[in-house]
Amino acid sequence: MDQVIMFLKQVINGVQVGSIYALVALGYTMVYGIVKLLNFAHGDFIMVGAYISLFAMTGAGMPIWLAAIIAVAGCALLGVLTEKIAYKPLRNSPKLSVLITAIAVSLLLENLFLLLFSSSPKPYPNAINFPSIDVGPIQVSGVTLMTILLSAVSMIALQLFVKKTRMGRAMRAVSEDAQAATLMGVSVNKTISLTFAIGSGLSAIAAVMYCSAYPMVEPYMGSMLGLKAFIAAVLGGIGIIPGAMLGGFVIGLIESLTKAYISSQLADAMVFGILIVVLLVKPAGIFGKNVGEKV
Amino acid sequence: MGKMLEVQNLNVHYGSIHAIKDISLEVNEGEIVSLIGANGAGKTTTLHTITGIKKATSGSIKLYDQDLTAIEPHKIITLGMAHVPEGRHIFAEMTVEENLEMGAFWLKGKTNVSQEIEKVYERFPRLKERYRQPAGTLSGGEQQMLAIGRAIMSKPKIMLMDEPSMGLSPLLVREIFNIIQELNRSGMTILLVEQNAKMALSIAHRAYVLETGEIVMKGKAEDMLQDDNVRKAYLGA
Repeated sequence: MDQVIMFLKQVINGVQVGSIYALVALGYTMVYGIVKLLNFAHGDFIMVGAYISLFAMTGAGMPIWLAAIIAVAGCALLGVLTEKIAYKPLRNSPKLSVLITAIAVSLLLENLFLLLFSSSPKPYPNAINFPSIDVGPIQVSGVTLMTILLSAVSMIALQLFVKKTRMGRAMRAVSEDAQAATLMGVSVNKTISLTFAIGSGLSAIAAVMYCSAYPMVEPYMGSMLGLKAFIAAVLGGIGIIPGAMLGGFVIGLIESLTKAYISSQLADAMVFGILIVVLLVKPAGIFGKNVGEKV
Repeated sequence: MGKMLEVQNLNVHYGSIHAIKDISLEVNEGEIVSLIGANGAGKTTTLHTITGIKKATSGSIKLYDQDLTAIEPHKIITLGMAHVPEGRHIFAEMTVEENLEMGAFWLKGKTNVSQEIEKVYERFPRLKERYRQPAGTLSGGEQQMLAIGRAIMSKPKIMLMDEPSMGLSPLLVREIFNIIQELNRSGMTILLVEQNAKMALSIAHRAYVLETGEIVMKGKAEDMLQDDNVRKAYLGA
């Protein structure tokens, strides 16, 4: 019985951290789907979101929900500006140039925040006063519950937006065939901006959830989180929205179970091992189709 | 018959390659005008330049006296010009119905989309049977019908069609050309680019022959069908 309870606890932990990975992976995958760009600065948007929400709460005394909204808006703006300034001029350049630029943006953000706020971690207020609930013998904390709920709501909303709305349809059209979408009257530039805004906004939600569970904010916090979310996106099939969600949960579960049953030091190695296995066995990811690139 | 589309002294370059050399052409209201020529003659480039996907080096393109060269490509459709691109370019992962909805994207609910879709289904009953299927699962002929249906959804006054017969069996080619004629009879002006010169000339009112970026001949389509040079070069006779 104890074994079962212990296992279920680990599963809940895994779902919690997995839903954060999923939110971040969505940003990677949406941006990749539409501009075929791996935005390696995406992880650092989480860090920026964390700082924004932190200062909104500690500096301006805002409640956490308002701080979260400000962080979402701030990150959405950051995403749109990054695209306009750094990526758009390179839209017709070789992919490698854009990839290197993305890494440069990542380094720029990390070092800028290092300069501004030093490398020492800042404590994040414990502001989610959501009561914990007991499911049989298992206690689920308020933060856990909130994280899972909020991610689920975000993901359902995103899925409805993409599937059912006019702009969502335009987004899919651009991701599939930008030229044909242009002929239909879709502004590719606006659609790309919208995609960056949504993807980056989701990373801010992830930031607030992550910091509520692990209450430390520092300039490099986004890089590892971003990498794992990237692996989640690749695992699910990069460019595919449900793939990113599934990939996030799988990575979260594997990490949590590895920590519990094998060794916590091996958890990261496990996750990166998955990347290697996916790339060897099914490079297109779980939901990916093996389509040859059109020449 | 007023002048609808007028291209004057158009030049287009790909890097240092001069792809379109000073061509002029016009399409009048209610006409089917055909642009024929061999592979690589510049037919597709001409259409791409008219709809703004490719930028012209010099020259003017006017739709009812409005200069198109200064307009962003995604706004062209709002002026009443639809482009059915070469290779169809349907959205393969979207359903048939979603593809048609994309055709009416720019109208932003200013039209009764479901009613317009029904009209397209009346014209193409096979699309109705497959309305929930991903468009990529359709046959080549059905995809071409979908591409044309999608263009109809945008309520254009003029339609540019690029190689609608490409890759289709002779029977389907005939069907597609019948559709084009029907569209024209119901009032649509059409600029048709084709390698299948015989079919194109048989339904067009006027035609232009494009050779390595230059217009080498123009005139009534029926005259061209009789012309010895055209027959030798493009009709295989």
